[in-house]
Amino acid sequence: MWIFRFVGLRLLQAIPVLLGITLVAFLAIHLVPGDPVRIMLQGRASDAAVAEINARLGLDQPLLVQYGRFVGRAVTGDLGTSIIQRAPVSKIVTERLIPSSFLLAYATLLSVLLAVPLAVWAAARRDRFADHVIRIAGTVSFAMPSFWIGLILILGFGLTLKWFPIAGFGQGFWGHVRHLFLPALTIALFLAPLLIQSLRAAMLDAMTAEHVEVARAKGLGERRILFKYVLRAALIPVVTILAVNIGWMVSGSVIVESVFSVAGLGMLLVHAVSTRDYPVIQGLTLVFALMVIGVNLLADVACALIDRRTRNA
Amino acid sequence: MSAAVLSVGAWRAEVRRWSPSLWIGIALLAVIVLAGIFAPWLTPYDPLRQDYGAALRPPGPGHWFGTDSLGRDIFTRSLYAIRTDLVIGFWTTYVPMVVGVLLGAYAGLVRGWFDAVLMRVIDTALAFPFLVLIIVILAILGPGTQNIYIAVFLVGWTMYARLARAEMLVEGGKDYILAARTLGYPTSRILLRHALPNIIGSSIVFSMSDFVLNILLVSGLSFLGLGVPAPTPEWGAMVAEGKDFMQQAWWISTLPGLMIVVTGVALALLGDGLTHRLGDRHVTGG
Amino acid sequence: MSPAADAGALLRVEALEIAFRVRGGDVLATRGVSFEVRQGETLGLVGESGSGKSVLCRALLRLLPSPPAQIRGGRVLFDGVDLLALPEARMREIRGTDIAMVFQNPMTSLSPVWPIGDQVTEGLRIHRGLSKSAARDRGVELLRAIGIPDAARRYDDHPSQWSGGMLQRAVIAMAMACGPRLLLADEPTTALDVTIQEQILALLADLQAKNGMAMVLVSHDIGVVAETCDRIAVMYAGTLVETGPAAEVLGNPRHPYTLGLMRSSPRMDEHATRLQPIPGQPPDLARPAPGCPFVERCTFARDACRHESVRLREVAPGHASACLFPESVV
Repeated sequence: MWIFRFVGLRLLQAIPVLLGITLVAFLAIHLVPGDPVRIMLQGRASDAAVAEINARLGLDQPLLVQYGRFVGRAVTGDLGTSIIQRAPVSKIVTERLIPSSFLLAYATLLSVLLAVPLAVWAAARRDRFADHVIRIAGTVSFAMPSFWIGLILILGFGLTLKWFPIAGFGQGFWGHVRHLFLPALTIALFLAPLLIQSLRAAMLDAMTAEHVEVARAKGLGERRILFKYVLRAALIPVVTILAVNIGWMVSGSVIVESVFSVAGLGMLLVHAVSTRDYPVIQGLTLVFALMVIGVNLLADVACALIDRRTRNA
Repeated sequence: MSAAVLSVGAWRAEVRRWSPSLWIGIALLAVIVLAGIFAPWLTPYDPLRQDYGAALRPPGPGHWFGTDSLGRDIFTRSLYAIRTDLVIGFWTTYVPMVVGVLLGAYAGLVRGWFDAVLMRVIDTALAFPFLVLIIVILAILGPGTQNIYIAVFLVGWTMYARLARAEMLVEGGKDYILAARTLGYPTSRILLRHALPNIIGSSIVFSMSDFVLNILLVSGLSFLGLGVPAPTPEWGAMVAEGKDFMQQAWWISTLPGLMIVVTGVALALLGDGLTHRLGDRHVTGG
Repeated sequence: MSPAADAGALLRVEALEIAFRVRGGDVLATRGVSFEVRQGETLGLVGESGSGKSVLCRALLRLLPSPPAQIRGGRVLFDGVDLLALPEARMREIRGTDIAMVFQNPMTSLSPVWPIGDQVTEGLRIHRGLSKSAARDRGVELLRAIGIPDAARRYDDHPSQWSGGMLQRAVIAMAMACGPRLLLADEPTTALDVTIQEQILALLADLQAKNGMAMVLVSHDIGVVAETCDRIAVMYAGTLVETGPAAEVLGNPRHPYTLGLMRSSPRMDEHATRLQPIPGQPPDLARPAPGCPFVERCTFARDACRHESVRLREVAPGHASACLFPESVV
């Protein structure tokens, strides 16, 4: 099967980057000026206690040995122990992974639902009124800070209209759907303009492509042409744009989780930074980067499924 | 391009080619910059002075944007914040741009080990969500304005380097670069005089949306409490200050946020106009 | 051209006028073009780029996007039915079944994301309601017939895996799928290597002979047309300037533009000592001037050519020219 070979090859190609991100994550503790353990304990511990924690975390070993151990343990899923929360980092992170993933998937879905009809509309009414309005709305939407939109949505839909809850993750699937609607919409309002822009351009390209004219000369109906030829060709830019912007989406989710008090990875990160919980910061650094790499791999596979030409690339 | 700047006639012709979005973008940005510069003359209030007697006043004739929970005039603080946000946004965009473009273009020209190492570094940096990497660096360095500069610089140059490298790879195969090489010109001359004018366009266009993103980033960091420290007027921090008063005093958060939107739209329009302006001209190497 | 309607006329175009609405006015792409194609014959349509040949072809199938294109007048009679008056749904049935088209660039004529075979047989499935497997069997036959080796295995290939010449064969197979009675070939060899061009022209001639279909072969190269066509129509600046049997037109050209095309074609050049380009540029179609459109570039031009309107007039039986002084063309 080509797909195994394809994924295998991509994973091999990712090795240098994986090494790079483990190095960055590793250095997250070691570049801290001063003694991270003392900073974490905020001077409340005796010298003996600090030395004991240093030995327990292996911070007294040579750097290279520590890095080797760090990578070795990370591969087995062991990301160390949080000194503040007194629990394994992997456990803390896994708990928070679900709300964050739910939020990101939800935001992606909402932005696609927003973007596809608007992009199709804008492309069909190219350079006319609707097209201009959609573009201007996109520009404004792109410039709105997500923490600000979040607060306005809270004020409007949460506090005033009381349609949606304004904080938390909720109970059960539909509870999550209700609770995360406003946070997901906030991210989607940032992402959708980017999607609309590239999808519109891709559709205009595809609509004027010669093979579309050939399809028309074959006597195909416009609906079949739109779905089988135009949208399919325009799908690749959409997947690529989603993949390229996963980093921005995650960035947005960090802020949005704080605004809506969603107990996800982003809130954990902000909390860990303010409590100087370095093992958690380190683990999160790794997890966030792996998320981005994973999504990009998925996008590559999706593109290869849509268009065979990208399989050998 | 340099010749075009010299003569008045050519300059007029240039201005005539500006699209409406370029015009509106430039005009809006000029108003914002001037408002920032002349803030002390535009408002009678002090951005830092607290006045508990005047706390939580709604927008009105005395206080156009209302006052916050400490009685500070929000319009005044929003104006002074232009200085904070635009200045940080500017430097965090253009210092990384210069460094990134030079590194990327050089790598694309010479290829070899330098290019390979640079690309691995860039791939690594871009594997992280931008904000996460910045937050991690700030966790290492500690919060504060100066550390924001360092953190954004450490990450920001990579995008420009990748862009410039990709452009350089295309441009490097063209005849005028080959010709310059055949003539034995030094690499620095080929890079700066021949290649750069042709590859800088896409970076300039990208820098406009990067500028927007950096303002969003700085205000976002301040919103999270990791950015510009407390009394300094900064839009994101001002939004954060108002978030607990949303129901009784909506103006504290909304109006400074609106300043971000207007600034962002101005820069985005400028970028949009520049894209069209630069898109229809091929700059010949000088 | 003889105005008498031949009993054998499959396609009759009458006074077709197409305009493009652009900023600052209308551009007339064709002005009162009339011609006919008989059952089983090949009409060669020649002219420089921009003379309106491709627009004309697309207009016959009603493929021009409107706006900006606009059909101002005339009729397109296929089998006696005016195509311009048909509802869109009926027109769609005619496309690909009665009239098919082959385009200039094979590399972009097929969607890059579908298997070639499925695209070749798509018309069969849409128009003839063939099942997937029946379409596949027929598709393999079609690919074999146009000279694709190992057609059954290559049916599932994607366009990126084939060369330009092979792709053009596939596009031709696609056009032939439903057995059209008229094939419009718009510069089918222009994007191909010279050696491949001959093969494609031979393939087209062969398919035409076997199926008894009529063909309109569009080319900017009068040499290409000379080899395969029964009759020739020369187009200049949106008008036909000379029509007639191929041997007549080429042996005894009666319009200076036809002569110029012959002298500038490498294929026609076997006896001439060197190629002679036609000087000057075609006129601006947005600002039509009175008189002959070719006047500025014509070596035979006289005063009258600037003022008097020109139209096709018979110079010999079946042979017409739009030149005011056809006898002076030598």
